[in-house]
Amino acid sequence: MTVLDLTPRTAIQPAARRTVLRERGQREVFCGLTGIVWLHRKIQDAFFLVVGSRTCAHLIQSAAGVMVFAEPRFATAIMEERDLAGMADANEELDRVVSELLARRPDIRVLFLVGSCPSEVIKLDLSRAAQRLSGRYGPNLRVVNYSGSGIETTFTQGEDACLAALLDEVPVDPSTEASLVVVGTLPDIVEDQFQRLFDAMGLPRVAFFPPRRSTQMPAIGPNTRFLLAQPFLGETTQKLEGRGAQRLAALFPFGANGTTAWLRAAAEAFGVDMARFEAVIAPARDRARRSLERHRGKLAGKSIFFFPDSQLEPSLARFVAEELDMRVLEVGTPYLNRTLVGCETDRLSADVVLSEGQDVDRQLDRCRAARPDLTVCGLGLANPLEAEGLATKWSIELVFSPIHGFDQAGDLAGLFARPITRHDLLRV
Amino acid sequence: MKLSVWTYEGPPHVGAMRVATAMRDVHYLLHAPQGDTYADLLFTMIERRNARPPVTYTTFQARDLGTDTADLFKEAATAAYERFQPQAMLVGASCTAELIQDDPGGLAKTLGLPIPVVPLELPSYQKKEHWGAAETFFQLVRTFAARVERTPAARPRCNILGPVALGFRHRDDLIEITRLLETIGVDVNVTAPLGASPADLTRLGDADFNVVLYPEIAGVTAAWLEKAFGQPSVKTVPIGTGATRDFIAEICALTGLDPAAALAASHQHQPWWSRSVDSNYLTGKRVFIFGDGTHVVCAARVAAEEMGFEVVGLGCYNREFAREVRAAAERHGCEALITDDYLEVEQRITELQPELILGTQMERHIAKRQNIACAVISAPAHVQDFPARYSPQMGFEGANVLFDTWVHPLVMGLEEHLLAMFRDDFEFNDTAGPSHLGQAGGGRPAHSPEPELAADSLGFAPAEPAADSRVAAGLSWTPEAEKELIKIPFFVRGKARRNTEVYARQSGVSRIEIETIYDARSHFAR
Ligand code: SF4
Ligand code: SF4
Repeated sequence: MTVLDLTPRTAIQPAARRTVLRERGQREVFCGLTGIVWLHRKIQDAFFLVVGSRTCAHLIQSAAGVMVFAEPRFATAIMEERDLAGMADANEELDRVVSELLARRPDIRVLFLVGSCPSEVIKLDLSRAAQRLSGRYGPNLRVVNYSGSGIETTFTQGEDACLAALLDEVPVDPSTEASLVVVGTLPDIVEDQFQRLFDAMGLPRVAFFPPRRSTQMPAIGPNTRFLLAQPFLGETTQKLEGRGAQRLAALFPFGANGTTAWLRAAAEAFGVDMARFEAVIAPARDRARRSLERHRGKLAGKSIFFFPDSQLEPSLARFVAEELDMRVLEVGTPYLNRTLVGCETDRLSADVVLSEGQDVDRQLDRCRAARPDLTVCGLGLANPLEAEGLATKWSIELVFSPIHGFDQAGDLAGLFARPITRHDLLRV
Repeated sequence: MKLSVWTYEGPPHVGAMRVATAMRDVHYLLHAPQGDTYADLLFTMIERRNARPPVTYTTFQARDLGTDTADLFKEAATAAYERFQPQAMLVGASCTAELIQDDPGGLAKTLGLPIPVVPLELPSYQKKEHWGAAETFFQLVRTFAARVERTPAARPRCNILGPVALGFRHRDDLIEITRLLETIGVDVNVTAPLGASPADLTRLGDADFNVVLYPEIAGVTAAWLEKAFGQPSVKTVPIGTGATRDFIAEICALTGLDPAAALAASHQHQPWWSRSVDSNYLTGKRVFIFGDGTHVVCAARVAAEEMGFEVVGLGCYNREFAREVRAAAERHGCEALITDDYLEVEQRITELQPELILGTQMERHIAKRQNIACAVISAPAHVQDFPARYSPQMGFEGANVLFDTWVHPLVMGLEEHLLAMFRDDFEFNDTAGPSHLGQAGGGRPAHSPEPELAADSLGFAPAEPAADSRVAAGLSWTPEAEKELIKIPFFVRGKARRNTEVYARQSGVSRIEIETIYDARSHFAR
């Protein structure tokens, strides 16, 4: 490290030197199909057709939990015995299912054919199917394929695969003027908040990807700078960089610090005057700080243990440690992408155990031994741990709720605080 | 391929999990990719189990394919045995592993585990959850049940077969029926799968007969026990007062016991609740019934004979029970709907416009969207249908529970008059819904503490238009007609609107006037 390096965190061991516990046992995580649950609500003219088994259909249904719609914009083409007999058959069947679907839903503009474990094991070529169907139904309908299978993707990696595939539908930006694209699914309300801040900073060309409608696809080219809204978008990042777009490296926008750093990366890249930047973000950042203050009293000093789930874990661990003064014991993540979250793990103190992959039984042993004040884990583990007297937070809620940005910082802290408050409250 | 939106049943290995989770000292090793572990949450979240299901998943990944998925399986089997020390191990494949053909049964055999290993062949691309549960239970019983020396006893003895994890009120039915058997004078030898260990299954032969509470799960096994050990089965499913009496009679005919004491049970409130004058308004309420075959057939009898409803339609999602359900439909003079396609069920309900739906969680949603009263009577059910309080469906207490839970969503008799009387009173807000129901009544998200609105509070796009807004395409209402519609009490307003629109379309009217409403009313009057 040279004298000129002004990085303030010299006391903390960088992730490169931190030993990472690599586990390879039973993984208790969802597969990438789960991403459909939020993706289908974001892109309003898209439909997700899983080509899979009854298990796949049951998974999405169970993960979605709520059946608000009679006909949601997703469905499963369930393969049956006779589909497995021969390839020609399966393709014909798929075409038939798609035409049945389009007859019901003529409003669809993008159809995602989503691969699953069974479709991959029998080597059903969905990219060819997508081409064939695009040819037949285009140009009003685009057919895109990606894999959400459990043998290839873990939970949020499904969104990564989806966005990477969708990039092929994105036009090249011919403009010589720099533009900003925020990449990763955010709730509309959060997008609007960010958009207002970017406007106030005077950024002229800002877009979000994925768009709310497929007709509002941003153009992307060598003059595009992009900010990741989610840390799990490794493949998407590579593809964007392949197009010459430049990633603005930053902490992820969780909490007051994270959001400030994230926005600042954009401000700096676009030459926004720092005084103006400060003036723009100050009111929202102060609101965020005040709302965090309310929860810090409850959470400071409490220990927390993350089971691997969404790849948000390193960023969330940084947030609870830095902004809520919680004591992080273990940060599990299904996959550790150092390029994207190295800046997050660098800020975790040296005694934090970082684990990648999973052996759920052994991790449960570690968790029981550590008896954290709060355990962040999947739905399959939460009640069993509660029954052992441990307070838990379902990690899936951290993916389904708006938690990004200044105005959600308090809500995010609240998600961690509520289980602990409840534990203290109950006398039964 | 079959296009599927929502499914009534999971894959067959989920059925196997329901058996394994219900039992003690069994472990299930499932060759499956990571995503399949979602099935754990069915038990821990929906049924609120306080322990993980006894299942180990191998969670193989793409990079393991073709190289060492078999080794992975063997390692997982050994580790699971060492950690959980079960009396027996079930081994099998989920849909994906079925395709890679690793032969879990054969692999497990080579390990030489010191416990019995029961291989399960559950064809994922042909069969479904109930079948998987039935097959798993059967394989376990066939492995463990042995011809035993009968122990002498003063009273007749039976086994209770069928209750599993995630069953609709299985926990409480079991308590109620065990008590009832006690009153009749019958001892229970083994209850299985719920609460039984493999060792318990070895004693199944030491009973005079079997009580089959849930034929979907225990029917196959009971038939086998009948052949193997000569144990007859009691086949009446005791849901409803009449069926409970028949159940008592069947057991007494079998054992020669006197039914008098059991028939005189003092907690039979349902018959009087139904006869009392307040219940008059229930007469002829049009009810649609859908669920698993057994619950549907039983519910239809209760609805018709014990509540005085009119059964306008019934059906089941498990084809295995199509015959029984068709026969019941014939008895009730309506058409049977045998389908696992949720959209078909919704379609039928839209056509029939019943006043009450008895169904699964799926029909609850249809009911909510169409503003029809609904009670859940069958799996699949969600977290709110696993109540903390004792609420069986079976036996005399079960009949009481049925009366309460089916009547609750309907507008109370008196209240119905008040609504009609005061509907023009400006202080009477008739959009409020039945006063004894909190909100719109009904569903909560399976695993969200918030009511259904939670999905919208996520901040994502607003709800899609409900299917029925499309029904109205091309039709318009005059302001006068709209006003007239408002005068119709809310609990029939939806039906009036739909009927009017259907009528308008049929008769080529595109603008709906007051007259159209009344024309439609007379057209549909039955
Ligand atoms: S892990 Fe594979 S088989 Fe299982 S639900 Fe996911 S895609 Fe389907
Ligand atoms: S709202 Fe949720 S809990 Fe209720 S029935 Fe629907 S999916 Fe189940």
